[in-house]
Amino acid sequence: MSIQYYIILCLTLFSIGVVGVLTRRNAIIVFMCIELMLNAVNLLLVAFSKMYHGAALQSAANTTAGIDAQIFVFFIMVVAAAEVSVGLAIIVMMYRNTHSVDINFLNRLKN
Amino acid sequence: MNTVDVLFYLLSAFAIVSATMVLISKNPIHSVLWLILVFFAISGHYILLNAQFLAIVNIIVYAGAIMVLFLFVIMLMNIKKDAEPQKQLLVKLTGVVAAGSLLTLLIAVVKQTTQIQEKQVLLKEGSIGLIHPLGQALFTDYVIPFEISSVLFLSAMVGAVIIGKK
Repeated sequence: MSIQYYIILCLTLFSIGVVGVLTRRNAIIVFMCIELMLNAVNLLLVAFSKMYHGAALQSAANTTAGIDAQIFVFFIMVVAAAEVSVGLAIIVMMYRNTHSVDINFLNRLKN
Repeated sequence: MNTVDVLFYLLSAFAIVSATMVLISKNPIHSVLWLILVFFAISGHYILLNAQFLAIVNIIVYAGAIMVLFLFVIMLMNIKKDAEPQKQLLVKLTGVVAAGSLLTLLIAVVKQTTQIQEKQVLLKEGSIGLIHPLGQALFTDYVIPFEISSVLFLSAMVGAVIIGKK
């Protein structure tokens, strides 16, 4: 499978996430679209790691080249889990203060 | 076209359709359920790439833990379906056009790059995605970032509790 198909798939998923962040006004949906963009990047990292590993396998039989990208994906998942817990706590606090999750109400810094 | 190609196209179509449904759904609970389907499709891609550890972690952490957290918050808030007013056609059009231009530009760049034209991804072979090499790398070369991430989790937990208690 050519790497181009993976790049195009991940770009499409990422762009769908961008559309969600730009158009939706529900803060939870915006947050979910950010998760979608993170996952698209993760998939692309794994595809690149397998591309690099396949190229390295032709010179050395039992190499572990490309394993760093998969460790990196693991750490991205760790950080995403921490980010989601704090972000949802912030959204809950915002809902308690304004009784809405519409991000258009969050313009108090403007004045 | 062999089985792997068919699986790739099926999973890709599944992921893209589900991701579009995340955007289109009016009800936030339906969006969460569609996003879980996207994560399952991405886990299928990981299995196709023989990254079995990441496939399992993706299902357990994302589809299992994070999306359940989202569902909890949505059901806690009792959001009405008509909470989102529909008088924003211009905003929607602007967002779709902006992201579509980004997608077109990036695909054009990818199509024209000659360095990656004949590069192939190694599917269903290669052992770097299995749990034994990953664990060995994680606990020898990457043991300090691993421990730091546990501190990050602790601080995130304290932060979430403090923000939620106010």
